Amino acid sequence: MELLEVHGVSKRYRNFQLEDIDFVLPKGYIMGYVGRNGAGKSTTLNLIMSLCKCTAGSIRVDGLSCEEDEARYKEQIGYIGDEFYYPVNFTLRDIRRILRNFYPTFDGDRFDALTAQWQLPEKMKFKDFSRGMRVKLMFASVLARETKLLILDEATNGLDPVARAEVLKLLQDYIADGEHSVLFSTHILSDLEQIADYIFFIDEGRKVLYDAKDELLESYVLVKGERRSVTPALAEEMIGVIDQAYGFEALMESSRAELLTRDFLCEKPTIDAIVLHYIQDKTQSGKEKAV
Amino acid sequence: MRIIISNQSELPIYAQIREQLKEQILNGQIEEGTTLPSIRQLAREAGVSVITTTRAYSDLEAEGFIATMQGKGSVVLPKDNGVVREQYLKRIEEGLATVIETARVIGLPGEKLTEIFENLLHASGLK
Repeated sequence: MELLEVHGVSKRYRNFQLEDIDFVLPKGYIMGYVGRNGAGKSTTLNLIMSLCKCTAGSIRVDGLSCEEDEARYKEQIGYIGDEFYYPVNFTLRDIRRILRNFYPTFDGDRFDALTAQWQLPEKMKFKDFSRGMRVKLMFASVLARETKLLILDEATNGLDPVARAEVLKLLQDYIADGEHSVLFSTHILSDLEQIADYIFFIDEGRKVLYDAKDELLESYVLVKGERRSVTPALAEEMIGVIDQAYGFEALMESSRAELLTRDFLCEKPTIDAIVLHYIQDKTQSGKEKAV
Repeated sequence: MRIIISNQSELPIYAQIREQLKEQILNGQIEEGTTLPSIRQLAREAGVSVITTTRAYSDLEAEGFIATMQGKGSVVLPKDNGVVREQYLKRIEEGLATVIETARVIGLPGEKLTEIFENLLHASGLK
């Protein structure tokens, strides 16, 4: 069963276009939405949250579109961004009160349990919260509601490794019953890579790659070696060559790895490396066209 | 049950999980009839994706190590099961192939190799 369906979604702004974005996220899975800054990640997430309207295409969450029932549609989605919206002088109690008034499914007891579990200070004002505490508070605010889809927009930026590890567990707990899904956007995957089931890679408003993470990782190898060992046939296959002082690094489809001789070092890539080399490849072919 | 995931390993994560579970089933650390943790439980405990653990389990199932029953989870099958026996035979063959390769390196004749093997068999009590 699909929880999130995004079909043929486009959005045109004067100086940016999101073109024909198409993907599904089944119930109980995590998708990483990756790309560099300005690639269109937040635009996509804003469209899913119905903060703005698509120029073309359709979006459904658990079978429901925003046009059918806006209140119910939005209630299904929990959002955590990298900015925080609470008034600076609010304490936990004030925040609890506004959330209860705002969201019909907000469960105050669950909110208290979560904030106690993460040892968020009762009397401290929001402005004095550390970044880690703020992110945890955002999570408590969202997890205390009955949502089906959790959207994280660069939410783990600037978190220390301990807090990041806690967030990973939280996301895995959220999807554990097989009914909830997570869509997170980031420009650096690092540790989040391990828990992602699917990866959607976007650049300049268009899809570059979209697949199950394990499939993507298996489809490519990272090649390192000396430039002079590269035959023309091999050069054809290399994606996004990055030259370094004493050698080069490039990406290649694993199905073409038979072309590699012992002169080269072959490693399994990370998703970040795949993204990096694809963008490098695009920049290079752009330059060639310009020449 | 023990699963240790390495980011340095050349094996993909699902294969690491599969191989470690297989190893523990073969050497008896995980006994037959044991119910393995659910796919989602394992993903959470090991900090990996659900698709990764699903793949590990479906590989183990295809190779005859476990059986997954709706609502009952994944259970370790008896080792005398034909498919698992085949796995063992394959391992034995692979091990012996390595032995022959090593013998070839120093030009050890086949008879000498058989002699070493016979001696070891006697010593181990298998013969």
